[in-house]
Amino acid sequence: MSLHSIVLVKQVPDTANISGQVMKPDGTVNRAMLPAIFNPEDKVALELALQVKDTYGGKVTAITMGPPKASELLRECLYMGADEVYLISDRKFAGADTLATSYVLSEAIHKIGAFDLIFAGRQAIDGDTAQVGPQTAEKLNIPQITYVEKILEISDRKIRIKHKIDGGYEVLEATLPILLTIIKDAAVPRPFKARRVMAYKNARSLSELEKMVEGNSLLYVDDLKEEYTTRNLYLQTLTMDELPVDPERCGLLGSPTKVYKIDSVVLAGGEYVQIEPTRDGLNKLVDKLMEDRIFG
Amino acid sequence: MTKKSTEVWVFVEQRSGKPAEVSFELLSKGHKLAHSLHGNLKAVLIGYQLHDVASSLFCYGVDEVYLIDHPELKDYQTMPYSQIMNELIHKHQPGIVLFGATVMGRDLAPRVASHTRSGLTADCTDLKIESINYLRKDYKDLLLQIRPAFGGNIIATIITPDAPIQMATVREGVMENLPLSEYSEGKITEIPYQPADIDQLVKTIERYQEESKVNLKSASIIVAGGYGMGSKANFKLIHELAHVLGGEVAGSRAAVDAGFIPHERQVGQTGVTVRPKLYIACGISGAIQHRAGMQEANKIVAINNDPDASIFDVCHYGIIGDAAEVIPKFMEAYKHKLK
Repeated sequence: MSLHSIVLVKQVPDTANISGQVMKPDGTVNRAMLPAIFNPEDKVALELALQVKDTYGGKVTAITMGPPKASELLRECLYMGADEVYLISDRKFAGADTLATSYVLSEAIHKIGAFDLIFAGRQAIDGDTAQVGPQTAEKLNIPQITYVEKILEISDRKIRIKHKIDGGYEVLEATLPILLTIIKDAAVPRPFKARRVMAYKNARSLSELEKMVEGNSLLYVDDLKEEYTTRNLYLQTLTMDELPVDPERCGLLGSPTKVYKIDSVVLAGGEYVQIEPTRDGLNKLVDKLMEDRIFG
Repeated sequence: MTKKSTEVWVFVEQRSGKPAEVSFELLSKGHKLAHSLHGNLKAVLIGYQLHDVASSLFCYGVDEVYLIDHPELKDYQTMPYSQIMNELIHKHQPGIVLFGATVMGRDLAPRVASHTRSGLTADCTDLKIESINYLRKDYKDLLLQIRPAFGGNIIATIITPDAPIQMATVREGVMENLPLSEYSEGKITEIPYQPADIDQLVKTIERYQEESKVNLKSASIIVAGGYGMGSKANFKLIHELAHVLGGEVAGSRAAVDAGFIPHERQVGQTGVTVRPKLYIACGISGAIQHRAGMQEANKIVAINNDPDASIFDVCHYGIIGDAAEVIPKFMEAYKHKLK
């Protein structure tokens, strides 16, 4: 058996470690201050895809849609063991909500070719929506299983999965192809392999090659692209021109949801009755709570 | 801009034939939203042998229940359920569709939103109807979808100005369950179901599901402990105080991570949202994510040895001291007064 798995990955601001400096005085987030990280559940999804390859053979392709900087993430996918990576990047894809994102991702997947499994993290820590996985499955017209805890077995184009449901779990058997969204407990991502880091640390995306050409009249992007491709160091980049997409369904334009406003989380102001931590204090508290008709 | 319908729909999720609590909360909210729009409230109920459940929804002011009742639909499955929702939505074009932000709702809603190309906002904590001006255009009666973002550090208001259908999933426990006091009438419309080939692509082999024995949401007194309790042994005091007061035990995320208490008792953004009469926070610093789950409590007592802890910003009564020393005194005072 040889299975082609495509993994949807995303680079996200590290929202779990927000410090004082990251919050601006007006209560909004200073994104520039946040380190960009591999979305934790996407990393687990990649690990699971690599485990499928280890067990059943085949190939793992990681794809991400994001700004040019997201090529950092794709190098990390290569360090972990991904066979192929694609950066889907275009200014016209920016500002996409989950609907526009899943539309572009599904078109990119069509372009990449036949697949057996699509893996994605259950949700990304910047939005916590958990929508892109199911929406991509719908656009590809394949079934989905969300909140996957474990892959039990794959045989004869059938996959057995254990996944979480409200108040319990289910074991499901599905016909391939299928899209799976993975929860954090499903696996522990493997560390980068030193050999692969050495091999791929110089891999570059189209926009990174374009940067190298800037200010150097001796270099041409097409030549560089060819050179990097032959050395297996080209991070394949898909722009809007390379995908058969309707521009009206991409990016901000193709997003039905809009951010109307952002508010800081306001503190109530700290007006409270202070109670001494003594027997008398606690007696007083019980009296107050009786007055409030909570006790008695 | 396309004119939006004034119909508000709620997907009523059921487990073993029983509607989820969040569905009642959504119907209560949906009734208010429909009232603001001078529109109707409709429920979609999918499952098996649910006629009684369907009629029980009228006490929330539901005008019409779309009932899809078939043995093969007894338990939730993504493909047939989403197909049914897609067809109903295409046919009737409601203005608003609400789902619970449960595992089921978060599996179903995005699939349906994708097919119907609707806007969808996840995990809302509040919903409002307002006429607003956005990018110099006036929009009448939009659904404002309010949710925490960036790990709870900001609150975002999301709108779906131009697409005809506004969808949202809503967190459990943040809205009140308010059946109407007066009798209300509605009708049940049965929709036939035809199993399709694509429904057979995923089969259930085994299912284990139990109703949570923990019911923090309906507790009137909650005693919660945080990482500041220091140890599992000290955490026993939380149990003792809860027992004495006749309340439930809860914890912050840090307490769950430290292994002091199981996840099902976690209050906060990634746990349960509660609104008890009394919430006693012991050794809880009061991170935004925790406060989001408890600040609606009627009275909040905070016990913490750090006077600068942000839990004191939301409490009504604050005790600066070591919870392990304060709790025994609290129990003593209570027993003494209410003997």
